[in-house]
Amino acid sequence: MYERSGLGSRVARIIFLGIWLVITIFPLYWIIVTSLKTPGAIYTRPIEYWPRAFSVDNYVNLFERSSFSTYLLNSLLVSTVAATFATFSALFAAYVLARFHFRAKGLVMMAFLVTQMIPAFIALGPLFLMMTWLGLRDNKIGLILVYIAICIPFSTVMLRGFLANVPEALEEAAMIDGCTRIGALFRVIVPVMKPGIVATFIFNFVNSWNELFLSVTLMLRDENRTLPAALNSFVSGIAIDWESLSAAAVLTVVPTMILFAVASRYIVQGLTAGSVKG
Amino acid sequence: MTVTLARTKRTFTVRTGVAILGFLAPAIVFVTAFTYVPLFIGSQMAFRNWNLNDLRDQEWVGFANFQEILSSPQWPTVLSNTAIWVFGSIIPQFILGFAIALWLRKKFRFRGLYQALVFFPWAISGFLIAIIFRWMFNADFGVFNDLLLRSGLVSEPIAWLAVPITGLIASIIANIWYGVTFFAIMILAALQSVPDDLLESASLDGAGKSRMLFSIIIPYIRDTLILTVLLRTIWILNFPDLIYGMTGGGPANQTHTITTLMVVTTRRGDYGVASALGLIVLAILIVFSAIYLYVLRDRKEQA
Repeated sequence: MYERSGLGSRVARIIFLGIWLVITIFPLYWIIVTSLKTPGAIYTRPIEYWPRAFSVDNYVNLFERSSFSTYLLNSLLVSTVAATFATFSALFAAYVLARFHFRAKGLVMMAFLVTQMIPAFIALGPLFLMMTWLGLRDNKIGLILVYIAICIPFSTVMLRGFLANVPEALEEAAMIDGCTRIGALFRVIVPVMKPGIVATFIFNFVNSWNELFLSVTLMLRDENRTLPAALNSFVSGIAIDWESLSAAAVLTVVPTMILFAVASRYIVQGLTAGSVKG
Repeated sequence: MTVTLARTKRTFTVRTGVAILGFLAPAIVFVTAFTYVPLFIGSQMAFRNWNLNDLRDQEWVGFANFQEILSSPQWPTVLSNTAIWVFGSIIPQFILGFAIALWLRKKFRFRGLYQALVFFPWAISGFLIAIIFRWMFNADFGVFNDLLLRSGLVSEPIAWLAVPITGLIASIIANIWYGVTFFAIMILAALQSVPDDLLESASLDGAGKSRMLFSIIIPYIRDTLILTVLLRTIWILNFPDLIYGMTGGGPANQTHTITTLMVVTTRRGDYGVASALGLIVLAILIVFSAIYLYVLRDRKEQA
Protein backbone atom coordinates (compact mmCIF):
# COMPACT_ATOMS: atom_id res chain seq x y z
CA MET A 1 0.00 0.00 0.00
CA TYR A 2 1.22 3.44 -0.91
CA GLU A 3 -0.71 5.19 1.81
CA ARG A 4 0.08 4.29 5.36
CA SER A 5 -3.22 5.22 6.87
CA GLY A 6 -3.10 5.84 10.59
CA LEU A 7 -5.64 4.58 13.04
CA GLY A 8 -7.33 7.99 13.14
CA SER A 9 -8.03 8.17 9.43
CA ARG A 10 -9.24 4.59 9.37
CA VAL A 11 -11.70 5.29 12.15
CA ALA A 12 -12.84 8.46 10.36
CA ARG A 13 -13.37 6.47 7.21
CA ILE A 14 -15.39 3.78 8.94
CA ILE A 15 -17.55 6.37 10.68
CA PHE A 16 -18.16 8.33 7.49
CA LEU A 17 -19.00 5.29 5.41
CA GLY A 18 -21.18 3.95 8.22
CA ILE A 19 -23.15 7.17 8.50
CA TRP A 20 -23.63 7.26 4.76
CA LEU A 21 -24.86 3.68 4.76
CA VAL A 22 -27.48 4.53 7.40
CA ILE A 23 -28.56 7.64 5.49
CA THR A 24 -28.89 5.63 2.28
CA ILE A 25 -30.78 2.72 3.72
CA PHE A 26 -33.09 4.62 6.05
CA PRO A 27 -35.72 5.91 3.56
CA LEU A 28 -36.22 2.40 2.23
CA TYR A 29 -36.38 0.97 5.73
CA TRP A 30 -38.86 3.63 6.69
CA ILE A 31 -41.29 3.07 3.81
CA ILE A 32 -41.22 -0.69 4.41
CA VAL A 33 -41.79 -0.29 8.15
CA THR A 34 -44.57 2.22 7.51
CA SER A 35 -46.31 -0.21 5.19
CA LEU A 36 -46.14 -3.00 7.76
CA LYS A 37 -47.66 -1.11 10.69
CA THR A 38 -51.18 -1.82 11.83
CA PRO A 39 -53.84 0.50 10.41
CA GLY A 40 -53.87 3.77 12.30
CA ALA A 41 -50.45 3.22 13.83
CA ILE A 42 -48.69 5.46 11.34
CA TYR A 43 -50.83 8.40 12.41
CA THR A 44 -49.84 8.26 16.07
CA ARG A 45 -47.16 10.10 17.98
CA PRO A 46 -44.54 9.55 19.15
CA ILE A 47 -43.41 7.89 15.95
CA GLU A 48 -42.65 4.18 16.27
CA TYR A 49 -39.24 3.62 14.69
CA TRP A 50 -39.70 -0.07 15.30
CA PRO A 51 -43.39 -0.99 15.12
CA ARG A 52 -45.05 -2.42 18.18
CA ALA A 53 -47.03 -4.78 15.97
CA PHE A 54 -46.60 -5.88 12.38
CA SER A 55 -49.46 -6.46 9.99
CA VAL A 56 -50.12 -6.85 6.28
CA ASP A 57 -53.50 -5.11 6.51
CA ASN A 58 -52.26 -2.17 4.46
CA TYR A 59 -51.41 -4.54 1.62
CA VAL A 60 -54.73 -6.34 1.85
CA ASN A 61 -56.57 -3.02 1.81
CA LEU A 62 -54.52 -1.80 -1.14
CA PHE A 63 -55.60 -4.73 -3.29
CA GLU A 64 -59.19 -4.54 -2.08
CA ARG A 65 -59.70 -0.81 -2.48
CA SER A 66 -57.91 -0.28 -5.78
CA SER A 67 -57.22 -2.28 -8.95
CA PHE A 68 -53.63 -2.64 -7.88
CA SER A 69 -53.22 -6.09 -9.42
CA THR A 70 -54.27 -4.61 -12.79
CA TYR A 71 -51.67 -1.85 -12.50
CA LEU A 72 -49.06 -4.40 -11.55
CA LEU A 73 -49.86 -6.59 -14.57
CA ASN A 74 -49.94 -3.57 -16.90
CA SER A 75 -46.48 -2.49 -15.74
CA LEU A 76 -45.15 -6.01 -16.04
CA LEU A 77 -46.49 -6.41 -19.57
CA VAL A 78 -45.46 -2.99 -20.88
CA SER A 79 -41.96 -3.13 -19.37
CA THR A 80 -41.24 -6.68 -20.49
CA VAL A 81 -42.32 -6.16 -24.10
CA ALA A 82 -40.66 -2.73 -24.40
CA ALA A 83 -37.39 -3.93 -22.86
CA THR A 84 -37.28 -7.00 -25.10
CA PHE A 85 -37.80 -5.09 -28.35
CA ALA A 86 -35.50 -2.25 -27.30
CA THR A 87 -32.71 -4.62 -26.32
CA PHE A 88 -32.82 -6.52 -29.61
CA SER A 89 -33.13 -3.44 -31.81
CA ALA A 90 -30.22 -1.94 -29.90
CA LEU A 91 -28.19 -5.14 -30.23
CA PHE A 92 -28.49 -5.06 -34.03
CA ALA A 93 -27.59 -1.39 -34.17
CA ALA A 94 -24.72 -1.80 -31.71
CA TYR A 95 -23.33 -4.70 -33.73
CA VAL A 96 -23.18 -2.62 -36.90
CA LEU A 97 -21.76 0.40 -35.07
CA ALA A 98 -19.08 -1.70 -33.40
CA ARG A 99 -18.02 -3.75 -36.40
CA PHE A 100 -18.34 -1.60 -39.52
CA HIS A 101 -16.95 1.69 -40.63
CA PHE A 102 -19.29 3.67 -42.82
CA ARG A 103 -19.85 7.29 -43.56
CA ALA A 104 -23.09 7.89 -41.67
CA LYS A 105 -21.82 6.19 -38.51
CA GLY A 106 -20.86 9.40 -36.75
CA LEU A 107 -24.24 10.87 -37.61
CA VAL A 108 -26.13 7.89 -36.19
CA MET A 109 -24.11 7.95 -32.97
CA MET A 110 -24.67 11.70 -32.65
CA ALA A 111 -28.41 11.33 -33.26
CA PHE A 112 -28.56 8.75 -30.46
CA LEU A 113 -26.47 10.78 -28.03
CA VAL A 114 -28.47 13.96 -28.59
CA THR A 115 -31.64 12.17 -27.44
CA GLN A 116 -29.96 11.74 -24.05
CA MET A 117 -29.53 15.50 -23.67
CA ILE A 118 -32.89 16.87 -24.71
CA PRO A 119 -35.71 17.05 -22.20
CA ALA A 120 -37.88 14.02 -23.04
CA PHE A 121 -41.10 15.72 -22.05
CA ILE A 122 -40.84 18.30 -24.87
CA ALA A 123 -42.40 15.45 -26.82
CA LEU A 124 -45.25 14.79 -24.37
CA GLY A 125 -47.91 16.84 -26.12
CA PRO A 126 -46.92 15.87 -29.68
CA LEU A 127 -46.80 12.18 -28.72
CA PHE A 128 -50.30 12.45 -27.33
CA LEU A 129 -51.45 13.81 -30.71
CA MET A 130 -49.50 11.26 -32.73
CA MET A 131 -50.98 8.42 -30.73
CA THR A 132 -54.43 9.89 -31.23
CA TRP A 133 -53.86 9.94 -35.02
CA LEU A 134 -52.52 6.39 -34.94
CA GLY A 135 -55.47 5.21 -32.86
CA LEU A 136 -53.03 4.10 -30.15
CA ARG A 137 -53.88 6.60 -27.45
CA ASP A 138 -54.94 4.93 -24.22
CA ASN A 139 -53.51 1.73 -25.62
CA LYS A 140 -50.66 -0.31 -24.19
CA ILE A 141 -49.12 -0.78 -27.65
CA GLY A 142 -48.76 2.98 -28.00
CA LEU A 143 -46.98 3.27 -24.67
CA ILE A 144 -44.74 0.32 -25.53
CA LEU A 145 -43.70 1.90 -28.85
CA VAL A 146 -42.66 5.10 -27.11
CA TYR A 147 -40.75 3.23 -24.38
CA ILE A 148 -38.86 1.23 -27.01
CA ALA A 149 -37.79 4.46 -28.68
CA ILE A 150 -36.68 5.93 -25.36
CA CYS A 151 -34.66 2.87 -24.38
CA ILE A 152 -32.86 2.27 -27.68
CA PRO A 153 -30.21 5.02 -27.75
CA PHE A 154 -28.65 4.31 -24.38
CA SER A 155 -28.90 0.53 -24.86
CA THR A 156 -27.07 0.86 -28.15
CA VAL A 157 -24.22 2.80 -26.59
CA MET A 158 -24.04 0.34 -23.69
CA LEU A 159 -24.12 -2.79 -25.88
CA ARG A 160 -21.58 -1.31 -28.25
CA GLY A 161 -19.23 -1.01 -25.28
CA PHE A 162 -19.74 -4.68 -24.40
CA LEU A 163 -19.36 -5.75 -28.04
CA ALA A 164 -16.01 -4.00 -28.30
CA ASN A 165 -14.68 -6.61 -25.86
CA VAL A 166 -15.81 -9.55 -27.99
CA PRO A 167 -13.05 -10.57 -30.41
CA GLU A 168 -14.05 -10.28 -34.04
CA ALA A 169 -12.28 -13.52 -34.85
CA LEU A 170 -15.14 -15.38 -33.15
CA GLU A 171 -17.78 -14.47 -35.65
CA GLU A 172 -15.35 -14.55 -38.57
CA ALA A 173 -14.66 -18.17 -37.77
CA ALA A 174 -18.38 -18.88 -37.60
CA MET A 175 -18.96 -17.18 -40.93
CA ILE A 176 -16.15 -19.12 -42.58
CA ASP A 177 -17.88 -22.22 -41.28
CA GLY A 178 -20.95 -21.19 -43.26
CA CYS A 179 -22.94 -19.09 -40.80
CA THR A 180 -24.77 -16.06 -42.10
CA ARG A 181 -24.02 -12.77 -40.40
CA ILE A 182 -27.22 -12.89 -38.42
CA GLY A 183 -26.58 -16.54 -37.59
CA ALA A 184 -23.10 -15.67 -36.34
CA LEU A 185 -24.53 -12.87 -34.22
CA PHE A 186 -27.00 -15.14 -32.48
CA ARG A 187 -24.97 -18.34 -32.28
CA VAL A 188 -21.58 -16.91 -31.37
CA ILE A 189 -21.80 -13.36 -30.07
CA VAL A 190 -25.03 -13.45 -28.04
CA PRO A 191 -23.88 -16.36 -25.86
CA VAL A 192 -20.54 -14.67 -25.18
CA MET A 193 -22.02 -11.34 -24.18
CA LYS A 194 -25.02 -12.70 -22.32
CA PRO A 195 -24.27 -10.75 -19.09
CA GLY A 196 -24.17 -7.50 -21.04
CA ILE A 197 -27.43 -8.27 -22.81
CA VAL A 198 -29.15 -9.24 -19.57
CA ALA A 199 -27.90 -6.05 -17.91
CA THR A 200 -29.18 -3.96 -20.81
CA PHE A 201 -32.53 -5.70 -20.68
CA ILE A 202 -32.84 -5.09 -16.94
CA PHE A 203 -31.82 -1.46 -17.33
CA ASN A 204 -34.54 -0.99 -19.98
CA PHE A 205 -37.10 -2.89 -17.93
CA VAL A 206 -36.46 -0.76 -14.85
CA ASN A 207 -36.60 2.47 -16.83
CA SER A 208 -39.92 1.52 -18.43
CA TRP A 209 -41.26 0.30 -15.10
CA ASN A 210 -40.41 3.64 -13.48
CA GLU A 211 -41.60 6.00 -16.23
CA LEU A 212 -44.31 8.42 -15.08
CA PHE A 213 -45.07 11.36 -17.37
CA LEU A 214 -45.63 9.55 -20.66
CA SER A 215 -47.77 7.02 -18.89
CA VAL A 216 -50.06 9.61 -17.30
CA THR A 217 -50.24 11.53 -20.57
CA LEU A 218 -51.00 8.64 -22.92
CA MET A 219 -53.07 6.38 -20.68
CA LEU A 220 -56.46 7.75 -19.74
CA ARG A 221 -58.59 4.90 -18.44
CA ASP A 222 -57.94 3.56 -14.96
CA GLU A 223 -57.67 -0.03 -16.23
CA ASN A 224 -54.73 1.00 -18.44
CA ARG A 225 -52.65 2.65 -15.73
CA THR A 226 -49.12 1.52 -14.98
CA LEU A 227 -47.77 1.59 -11.42
CA PRO A 228 -46.25 5.09 -11.42
CA ALA A 229 -49.42 6.51 -12.96
CA ALA A 230 -51.48 4.74 -10.30
CA LEU A 231 -49.25 6.14 -7.54
CA ASN A 232 -49.67 9.55 -9.12
CA SER A 233 -53.43 9.25 -8.87
CA PHE A 234 -53.04 8.20 -5.21
CA VAL A 235 -51.14 11.38 -4.34
CA SER A 236 -53.21 13.70 -6.52
CA GLY A 237 -56.25 13.54 -4.28
CA ILE A 238 -56.92 15.96 -1.45
CA ALA A 239 -56.17 13.56 1.40
CA ILE A 240 -53.40 11.05 0.83
CA ASP A 241 -53.98 7.56 2.21
CA TRP A 242 -50.43 6.96 3.37
CA GLU A 243 -51.21 3.44 4.57
CA SER A 244 -52.14 2.09 1.13
CA LEU A 245 -49.66 4.37 -0.58
CA SER A 246 -46.72 3.05 1.45
CA ALA A 247 -47.70 -0.52 0.58
CA ALA A 248 -48.03 0.44 -3.09
CA ALA A 249 -44.64 2.17 -3.03
CA VAL A 250 -42.96 -0.90 -1.54
CA LEU A 251 -44.52 -3.20 -4.14
CA THR A 252 -43.34 -0.85 -6.89
CA VAL A 253 -39.79 -0.50 -5.61
CA VAL A 254 -38.94 -4.04 -4.58
CA PRO A 255 -38.98 -5.76 -8.01
CA THR A 256 -36.69 -3.14 -9.52
CA MET A 257 -34.32 -3.37 -6.58
CA ILE A 258 -34.01 -7.12 -6.96
CA LEU A 259 -33.36 -6.79 -10.70
CA PHE A 260 -30.80 -4.07 -10.16
CA ALA A 261 -29.03 -6.11 -7.53
CA VAL A 262 -28.74 -8.96 -10.03
CA ALA A 263 -27.31 -6.80 -12.78
CA SER A 264 -25.70 -3.86 -11.00
CA ARG A 265 -22.12 -4.98 -11.63
CA TYR A 266 -22.66 -5.10 -15.40
CA ILE A 267 -24.73 -1.95 -15.51
CA VAL A 268 -22.02 -0.02 -13.69
CA GLN A 269 -19.48 -1.50 -16.08
CA GLY A 270 -21.56 -0.44 -19.08
CA LEU A 271 -22.13 3.04 -17.72
CA THR A 272 -18.59 3.83 -16.78
CA ALA A 273 -16.79 2.15 -19.68
CA GLY A 274 -17.07 5.15 -21.98
CA SER A 275 -16.00 7.75 -19.47
CA VAL A 276 -12.96 5.90 -18.22
CA LYS A 277 -11.59 4.98 -21.62
CA GLY A 278 -12.28 8.48 -22.96
CA MET B 1 -7.95 -1.28 -35.66
CA THR B 2 -6.05 -1.42 -38.95
CA VAL B 3 -7.04 -5.05 -39.36
CA THR B 4 -10.67 -4.10 -39.05
CA LEU B 5 -10.32 -1.32 -41.58
CA ALA B 6 -8.57 -3.52 -44.10
CA ARG B 7 -11.14 -6.25 -43.73
CA THR B 8 -14.06 -3.85 -43.94
CA LYS B 9 -12.74 -2.18 -47.07
CA ARG B 10 -12.28 -5.47 -48.79
CA THR B 11 -15.77 -6.72 -48.01
CA PHE B 12 -17.70 -3.49 -48.21
CA THR B 13 -20.03 -4.54 -51.00
CA VAL B 14 -23.64 -3.75 -51.77
CA ARG B 15 -24.52 -6.79 -49.72
CA THR B 16 -22.74 -5.40 -46.70
CA GLY B 17 -24.41 -2.06 -47.23
CA VAL B 18 -27.81 -3.73 -47.19
CA ALA B 19 -26.84 -5.67 -44.06
CA ILE B 20 -25.78 -2.46 -42.31
CA LEU B 21 -29.04 -0.76 -43.23
CA GLY B 22 -31.11 -3.76 -42.21
CA PHE B 23 -29.42 -4.04 -38.82
CA LEU B 24 -29.74 -0.33 -38.12
CA ALA B 25 -33.29 0.02 -39.41
CA PRO B 26 -35.33 -0.93 -36.31
CA ALA B 27 -33.37 1.35 -34.00
CA ILE B 28 -33.40 4.27 -36.43
CA VAL B 29 -37.09 3.90 -37.27
CA PHE B 30 -38.12 3.85 -33.61
CA VAL B 31 -35.93 6.77 -32.55
CA THR B 32 -36.96 8.85 -35.55
CA ALA B 33 -40.68 8.14 -35.29
CA PHE B 34 -41.08 8.54 -31.54
CA THR B 35 -38.34 10.96 -30.58
CA TYR B 36 -37.37 13.19 -33.48
CA VAL B 37 -40.77 13.51 -35.19
CA PRO B 38 -42.55 14.59 -31.97
CA LEU B 39 -39.66 16.89 -31.20
CA PHE B 40 -40.11 18.54 -34.58
CA ILE B 41 -43.89 18.79 -34.16
CA GLY B 42 -43.33 20.23 -30.68
CA SER B 43 -40.91 22.89 -31.88
CA GLN B 44 -43.38 24.34 -34.35
CA MET B 45 -46.19 24.23 -31.78
CA ALA B 46 -44.18 26.69 -29.71
CA PHE B 47 -45.00 29.35 -32.31
CA ARG B 48 -48.71 28.57 -32.53
CA ASN B 49 -51.70 29.22 -30.38
CA TRP B 50 -52.06 25.54 -29.59
CA ASN B 51 -54.43 24.38 -26.90
CA LEU B 52 -55.82 20.87 -26.59
CA ASN B 53 -59.07 22.22 -25.21
CA ASP B 54 -59.65 24.49 -28.21
CA LEU B 55 -58.47 22.92 -31.42
CA ARG B 56 -60.39 25.18 -33.82
CA ASP B 57 -57.72 27.74 -34.47
CA GLN B 58 -54.05 27.04 -34.11
CA GLU B 59 -52.80 30.10 -35.93
CA TRP B 60 -49.16 31.17 -35.96
CA VAL B 61 -48.50 33.67 -33.23
CA GLY B 62 -44.76 34.18 -33.63
CA PHE B 63 -43.09 34.69 -30.29
CA ALA B 64 -46.31 35.41 -28.37
CA ASN B 65 -45.98 32.23 -26.28
CA PHE B 66 -42.46 33.19 -25.30
CA GLN B 67 -43.58 36.71 -24.44
CA GLU B 68 -46.36 35.32 -22.31
CA ILE B 69 -43.87 33.20 -20.38
CA LEU B 70 -41.20 35.85 -19.95
CA SER B 71 -43.62 38.55 -18.87
CA SER B 72 -45.56 36.45 -16.37
CA PRO B 73 -45.05 37.57 -12.76
CA GLN B 74 -44.17 33.98 -11.89
CA TRP B 75 -41.19 33.77 -14.24
CA PRO B 76 -38.46 35.30 -12.02
CA THR B 77 -39.39 32.85 -9.23
CA VAL B 78 -39.33 29.93 -11.66
CA LEU B 79 -35.89 30.95 -12.92
CA SER B 80 -34.39 31.41 -9.46
CA ASN B 81 -35.98 28.15 -8.28
CA THR B 82 -34.40 26.38 -11.24
CA ALA B 83 -30.96 27.80 -10.43
CA ILE B 84 -31.28 26.95 -6.72
CA TRP B 85 -32.53 23.46 -7.60
CA VAL B 86 -29.68 22.72 -10.01
CA PHE B 87 -26.73 24.19 -8.12
CA GLY B 88 -28.06 23.39 -4.66
CA SER B 89 -28.26 19.75 -5.74
CA ILE B 90 -25.18 19.31 -7.87
CA ILE B 91 -22.57 20.83 -5.54
CA PRO B 92 -23.33 18.70 -2.45
CA GLN B 93 -23.83 15.65 -4.67
CA PHE B 94 -20.40 16.16 -6.19
CA ILE B 95 -18.60 16.71 -2.88
CA LEU B 96 -20.26 13.78 -1.10
CA GLY B 97 -19.95 11.50 -4.11
CA PHE B 98 -16.24 12.33 -4.43
CA ALA B 99 -15.65 11.69 -0.74
CA ILE B 100 -17.39 8.33 -0.86
CA ALA B 101 -15.49 7.34 -3.99
CA LEU B 102 -12.16 8.26 -2.33
CA TRP B 103 -13.03 6.22 0.72
CA LEU B 104 -14.15 3.28 -1.37
CA ARG B 105 -11.06 3.27 -3.57
CA LYS B 106 -9.02 1.14 -1.21
CA LYS B 107 -10.19 -2.43 -0.94
CA PHE B 108 -11.66 -3.58 2.34
CA ARG B 109 -13.65 -6.55 3.45
CA PHE B 110 -17.31 -6.36 2.39
CA ARG B 111 -16.57 -3.53 -0.05
CA GLY B 112 -18.65 -5.28 -2.71
CA LEU B 113 -21.57 -5.64 -0.34
CA TYR B 114 -21.20 -2.05 0.83
CA GLN B 115 -21.28 -0.78 -2.76
CA ALA B 116 -24.33 -2.84 -3.58
CA LEU B 117 -26.17 -1.43 -0.55
CA VAL B 118 -25.11 2.17 -1.07
CA PHE B 119 -25.85 2.18 -4.79
CA PHE B 120 -29.41 0.93 -4.48
CA PRO B 121 -31.19 4.35 -4.78
CA TRP B 122 -30.40 3.97 -8.44
CA ALA B 123 -33.08 1.38 -8.95
CA ILE B 124 -35.79 3.72 -7.66
CA SER B 125 -37.58 6.25 -9.81
CA GLY B 126 -37.45 9.94 -8.99
CA PHE B 127 -41.17 9.98 -8.47
CA LEU B 128 -41.04 7.20 -5.87
CA ILE B 129 -38.18 8.94 -4.09
CA ALA B 130 -40.47 11.93 -3.96
CA ILE B 131 -43.26 9.89 -2.38
CA ILE B 132 -40.97 8.35 0.21
CA PHE B 133 -39.43 11.70 1.16
CA ARG B 134 -42.80 13.39 1.13
CA TRP B 135 -43.82 10.99 3.89
CA MET B 136 -40.59 11.62 5.79
CA PHE B 137 -41.15 15.39 5.51
CA ASN B 138 -44.76 15.07 6.66
CA ALA B 139 -45.40 17.86 9.16
CA ASP B 140 -47.22 15.75 11.76
CA PHE B 141 -45.87 12.22 11.41
CA GLY B 142 -42.64 12.75 9.47
CA VAL B 143 -39.22 11.54 10.55
CA PHE B 144 -37.45 14.84 9.91
CA ASN B 145 -39.67 16.82 12.25
CA ASP B 146 -39.55 14.08 14.85
CA LEU B 147 -35.75 14.09 14.89
CA LEU B 148 -35.56 17.89 14.92
CA LEU B 149 -38.03 18.11 17.81
CA ARG B 150 -36.35 15.37 19.81
CA SER B 151 -32.93 16.95 19.42
CA GLY B 152 -34.37 20.31 20.47
CA LEU B 153 -33.26 22.07 17.29
CA VAL B 154 -36.77 23.31 16.72
CA SER B 155 -39.58 23.77 19.21
CA GLU B 156 -42.48 23.59 16.75
CA PRO B 157 -42.91 21.14 13.87
CA ILE B 158 -41.98 22.63 10.49
CA ALA B 159 -44.65 22.54 7.78
CA TRP B 160 -42.00 21.62 5.22
CA LEU B 161 -44.10 21.26 2.10
CA ALA B 162 -46.60 23.98 2.90
CA VAL B 163 -44.02 26.77 2.61
CA PRO B 164 -42.25 27.48 -0.70
CA ILE B 165 -38.69 27.81 0.57
CA THR B 166 -38.74 24.75 2.83
CA GLY B 167 -40.57 22.84 0.11
CA LEU B 168 -37.70 23.56 -2.25
CA ILE B 169 -35.13 22.71 0.43
CA ALA B 170 -36.87 19.40 1.15
CA SER B 171 -36.86 18.55 -2.57
CA ILE B 172 -33.17 19.39 -2.80
CA ILE B 173 -32.35 17.22 0.22
CA ALA B 174 -34.14 14.31 -1.44
CA ASN B 175 -32.32 14.99 -4.70
CA ILE B 176 -28.91 15.10 -2.99
CA TRP B 177 -29.66 11.74 -1.39
CA TYR B 178 -30.68 10.39 -4.78
CA GLY B 179 -27.79 11.71 -6.86
CA VAL B 180 -24.72 11.08 -4.70
CA THR B 181 -24.68 7.49 -5.91
CA PHE B 182 -24.21 8.49 -9.52
CA PHE B 183 -21.18 10.63 -8.70
CA ALA B 184 -19.75 7.94 -6.44
CA ILE B 185 -20.01 5.32 -9.21
CA MET B 186 -18.53 7.50 -11.93
CA ILE B 187 -15.74 8.95 -9.79
CA LEU B 188 -14.85 5.59 -8.27
CA ALA B 189 -14.49 4.11 -11.76
CA ALA B 190 -12.25 7.02 -12.75
CA LEU B 191 -10.19 6.73 -9.54
CA GLN B 192 -9.48 3.11 -10.31
CA SER B 193 -7.82 4.24 -13.52
CA VAL B 194 -5.23 6.27 -11.58
CA PRO B 195 -2.06 4.14 -11.64
CA ASP B 196 -1.00 2.97 -8.19
CA ASP B 197 2.70 3.48 -8.85
CA LEU B 198 2.07 7.16 -9.59
CA LEU B 199 0.60 7.58 -6.13
CA GLU B 200 3.25 5.37 -4.61
CA SER B 201 6.14 7.44 -5.93
CA ALA B 202 4.42 10.64 -4.84
CA SER B 203 3.98 9.17 -1.40
CA LEU B 204 7.68 8.22 -1.27
CA ASP B 205 8.55 11.78 -2.26
CA GLY B 206 6.71 12.88 0.86
CA ALA B 207 3.51 14.23 -0.65
CA GLY B 208 0.71 14.56 1.87
CA LYS B 209 -2.79 13.31 1.29
CA SER B 210 -4.37 16.59 0.25
CA ARG B 211 -1.35 17.29 -1.96
CA MET B 212 -1.82 13.96 -3.71
CA LEU B 213 -5.51 14.64 -4.14
CA PHE B 214 -5.12 18.07 -5.70
CA SER B 215 -1.85 17.61 -7.61
CA ILE B 216 -2.21 14.06 -8.87
CA ILE B 217 -5.66 12.52 -8.53
CA ILE B 218 -7.83 15.45 -9.59
CA PRO B 219 -5.70 16.44 -12.61
CA TYR B 220 -5.55 12.80 -13.67
CA ILE B 221 -9.32 12.30 -13.70
CA ARG B 222 -10.12 15.89 -14.67
CA ASP B 223 -11.84 15.01 -17.95
CA THR B 224 -14.14 12.49 -16.31
CA LEU B 225 -15.02 15.00 -13.58
CA ILE B 226 -15.81 17.73 -16.10
CA LEU B 227 -17.97 15.45 -18.21
CA THR B 228 -19.76 13.88 -15.24
CA VAL B 229 -20.65 17.25 -13.75
CA LEU B 230 -21.91 18.51 -17.12
CA LEU B 231 -24.03 15.42 -17.81
CA ARG B 232 -25.44 15.53 -14.32
CA THR B 233 -26.27 19.23 -14.50
CA ILE B 234 -28.18 18.65 -17.71
CA TRP B 235 -29.90 15.67 -16.15
CA ILE B 236 -30.98 17.54 -13.01
CA LEU B 237 -32.28 20.44 -15.06
CA ASN B 238 -34.31 17.92 -17.07
CA PHE B 239 -35.61 16.16 -13.99
CA PRO B 240 -39.07 17.34 -12.93
CA ASP B 241 -40.18 14.06 -11.30
CA LEU B 242 -38.95 14.80 -7.81
CA ILE B 243 -40.36 18.29 -7.28
CA TYR B 244 -43.51 17.23 -9.13
CA GLY B 245 -43.97 14.37 -6.68
CA MET B 246 -43.05 16.31 -3.54
CA THR B 247 -44.75 19.66 -3.92
CA GLY B 248 -46.43 19.49 -7.33
CA GLY B 249 -45.01 22.98 -7.83
CA GLY B 250 -47.04 24.30 -4.92
CA PRO B 251 -47.92 25.93 -2.66
CA ALA B 252 -49.36 28.61 -4.95
CA ASN B 253 -47.03 27.58 -7.81
CA GLN B 254 -44.06 28.89 -5.81
CA THR B 255 -41.78 25.84 -6.10
CA HIS B 256 -41.92 25.33 -9.87
CA THR B 257 -38.77 24.94 -11.88
CA ILE B 258 -38.93 25.38 -15.65
CA THR B 259 -39.39 21.68 -16.23
CA THR B 260 -42.09 21.08 -13.62
CA LEU B 261 -43.92 24.11 -14.98
CA MET B 262 -43.66 22.55 -18.41
CA VAL B 263 -45.09 19.23 -17.26
CA VAL B 264 -47.99 20.93 -15.50
CA THR B 265 -48.65 23.15 -18.55
CA THR B 266 -48.66 20.10 -20.81
CA ARG B 267 -51.09 18.30 -18.54
CA ARG B 268 -53.38 21.36 -18.78
CA GLY B 269 -53.38 20.89 -22.57
CA ASP B 270 -51.63 24.18 -23.26
CA TYR B 271 -49.17 22.66 -25.73
CA GLY B 272 -48.13 25.94 -27.35
CA VAL B 273 -46.80 27.44 -24.13
CA ALA B 274 -45.42 24.09 -22.97
CA SER B 275 -43.43 23.70 -26.19
CA ALA B 276 -42.13 27.23 -25.87
CA LEU B 277 -40.94 26.35 -22.35
CA GLY B 278 -39.26 23.27 -23.80
CA LEU B 279 -37.36 25.33 -26.32
CA ILE B 280 -36.29 27.71 -23.56
CA VAL B 281 -34.91 24.75 -21.58
CA LEU B 282 -33.08 23.55 -24.67
CA ALA B 283 -31.58 27.02 -25.24
CA ILE B 284 -30.45 27.21 -21.61
CA LEU B 285 -28.85 23.77 -21.90
CA ILE B 286 -26.95 24.65 -25.04
CA VAL B 287 -25.72 28.00 -23.71
CA PHE B 288 -24.76 26.52 -20.35
CA SER B 289 -22.89 23.59 -21.92
CA ALA B 290 -21.03 25.88 -24.30
CA ILE B 291 -19.95 28.30 -21.55
CA TYR B 292 -19.04 25.48 -19.18
CA LEU B 293 -16.89 23.67 -21.71
CA TYR B 294 -15.33 26.90 -22.94
CA VAL B 295 -14.37 28.10 -19.47
CA LEU B 296 -12.85 24.78 -18.46
CA ARG B 297 -10.97 24.30 -21.71
CA ASP B 298 -9.54 27.78 -21.52
CA ARG B 299 -8.06 27.13 -18.10
CA LYS B 300 -6.39 23.95 -19.31
CA GLU B 301 -4.62 25.76 -22.13
CA GLN B 302 -3.25 28.41 -19.79
CA ALA B 303 -1.92 25.85 -17.36
